[in-house]
Amino acid sequence: MRAILNSQALLETIYLIAAMLFILSLKWLSSPASARRGVRAGEIGMLLAVLGTLLHHGIVDYTWIAIGLVLGTVIGVPLGFVQMTAVPQRTALSHAFGALCVTLVGTAEFYLRAPAVPKFMMAVLSLEIILGSLTLTGSLMAAGKLQEVLPQRPIIYKGQNLVNLSLLGIAIIVAVLLVIDPSRMSLFPLIVVIPLIFGVMMIVPIGGADMPTVISLLNSYAGLSAAAMGFVLDSKLLIVAGALDGASGFILSVNMSKAMNRSFSNVLFGAFGQEQATVAGKVEAKPVRSATAEEAAAILAAANKVVIVPGYGMAVAQAQHKVRELYDALTKRGVDVKFGIHPVAGRMPGHMNVLLAEADIPYDKLLDMDEINGDFPQTDVALIIGANDVTNPAARSDTSSPIYGMPILDVDKARTVMVIKRSMAAGFAGIENPLYHLDRTLMLFGDAKGFVGNIVRELSAGGHS
Amino acid sequence: MKLDLLTSLYVFMLAAFIGFEVIRRVSPLLHTPLMSLTNALDAIAVVGAIILAGEFHEHHATLAKVLGTIAIIAATSNIVGGFLITDRMLKMFKASGSKKA
Repeated sequence: MRAILNSQALLETIYLIAAMLFILSLKWLSSPASARRGVRAGEIGMLLAVLGTLLHHGIVDYTWIAIGLVLGTVIGVPLGFVQMTAVPQRTALSHAFGALCVTLVGTAEFYLRAPAVPKFMMAVLSLEIILGSLTLTGSLMAAGKLQEVLPQRPIIYKGQNLVNLSLLGIAIIVAVLLVIDPSRMSLFPLIVVIPLIFGVMMIVPIGGADMPTVISLLNSYAGLSAAAMGFVLDSKLLIVAGALDGASGFILSVNMSKAMNRSFSNVLFGAFGQEQATVAGKVEAKPVRSATAEEAAAILAAANKVVIVPGYGMAVAQAQHKVRELYDALTKRGVDVKFGIHPVAGRMPGHMNVLLAEADIPYDKLLDMDEINGDFPQTDVALIIGANDVTNPAARSDTSSPIYGMPILDVDKARTVMVIKRSMAAGFAGIENPLYHLDRTLMLFGDAKGFVGNIVRELSAGGHS
Repeated sequence: MKLDLLTSLYVFMLAAFIGFEVIRRVSPLLHTPLMSLTNALDAIAVVGAIILAGEFHEHHATLAKVLGTIAIIAATSNIVGGFLITDRMLKMFKASGSKKA
C-alpha cells in the first residue's frame, strides 16, 4: 500500500514538473530568439508525463497502448512535414484529432462510471463531450474547406441561426436531464451525436475570409474540452494544458474578431455568415490605370521606401519565394523594404509571417498592422500582392460597406499604390474596392508569382537606377 | 471529493490567468507556431487515454480498450506532428543580422 502511495506521489510530482515546463514553453515562445527553447521545454514535459504515466501502477496491459503510440507516430510524422502553405488545414485537422481523443475518452468514462455519476461530474463530462464533438466535426469541415475538398463558398439559408441554436439548445437540455438523473443512460448518445451535427452546421456558412477567426475559436473549444476532461479524470496537468490552450485560442479569437470588426458575442455564438447579399448589381466600369512589369520595376527602383502587403493570394500563387527575390533585388539597390501584415491576412493567425519566414525574409521586416500604419504616409510605393479587403479604404469611410469599421492597412496613404491582381473581379467577400480607382493606384494584372518574377527580371536587367 | 473539485477549479482559474498573461505577450509574428504548440501541449490528454486503454476494467473492457486506443492514436499524432511542425516553423524565423544557413 505504502509503495503504491509513494509511486502515486512521484507521478503527481512528475505531472507538476510537466505543467511547469508547459508554462515555460509558452513563455519562451514570446520572442523568436527563445522560441525554440520553448518547444524543447514542451517536449521534455510531454515526455516526462507520458513516461510517468506508462509506469502508472494501474496499467495491466501495454499491448494496445504500444499499438496506439506507434500508429499515432506513424500518422504524426507526415503531419509534421506538410508544406507551409498547408499549415492552416493541418492545424484544423489537429484540432479535430485533439477533440476526437477527448470525446472518446469522455464517452468511455461515462459508460465505465454510469449510472453512479455525481452531478458535478456529469455536468463537466457533458461539457467535455459537447465541446469535443462539435470541435471534431467543425474542425474536419474547416480542414475540408481549407484543403478545397469541400466547397469554399459559404452556404447560407433562411433560419440558419435558428436551426443551429436549436441544435445546441437541445444538446444542452439533454445534458441537463442527464445531470439531474445520470441513470438515463439511453439519452447519452444524444449529447455526442447532436453536437457532431451542430459542428457541421456551424461551419457550413463559413467562407475563407472567416477562417482565421473560426480556427482560433475551434482551438479555444478544443482547449476547454481538454480542461473539462482534466476535471473528470482529476488530472491537474490536463486542466493546466487545457486552460492554456483555451486561453490561447480565446485571445486569438478576440484578436481576429477585432481585426474584422466583429463583435465578441458574434464570435462566441459562431454566427460568422455575413448577412450581406446586397452587393450584387452595382458593378460600374470605373476606369483603372494599369502598368507593365517594366514600368513597375522602374518605379520600385526609384523608391526609397517600399511596403509590401501580402494576402491569401500570395499563398495561393506560392509567390513567397519570388517575393523574396524582389526583396533581395530592391534591398541591394538600397531601397528600404518592409512588409505590412494584417492580422487576418491569409487563412489563420500568423499565416503570412510563416510563409515569408519560410522564404528567408528576416522577421524584423515583418510588421504588424499597428506598427506599419504610421509608415504609409512616408512610403513611396505600397505593393499589394493578393490582398484585397484588408486594404479597402471603404472600411474607413463608407458606412454602407459591409466591412465598414474594420481596421485596414492604410496603403492608400502611400505615394504610389501597386496592386497585383488577376483581374478586376471582386475579392472573396464580393466587395468593391475603391482603392483600385484612385489616381495613385497602378493595377498590375497577372498571376502573383509570374508578375513578381517579371519585375525581378526587369530589376536585374538593370538600367533603372 | 468536494475539496478535490475545488482544488481543480483553483488550478483551472490560475492556469487560465497565467495563460492570458503569457500568451498576450506572444508576438503576432508567431501566432501560427503558437497555435501548433498549444495544440501539441493540449495532446497531453494522451495520458488519460493511456490509462483508459491500459487499466483493468470489470465492465465495458472492450469499449474502454477500443476507444482508448483510438484516442491514443489521435493524441500521439498531435504530439509528434505538433512539436515537429512548430520547430520547423520556428527554425525559419531569422533576424536580419543572421545570414541564412
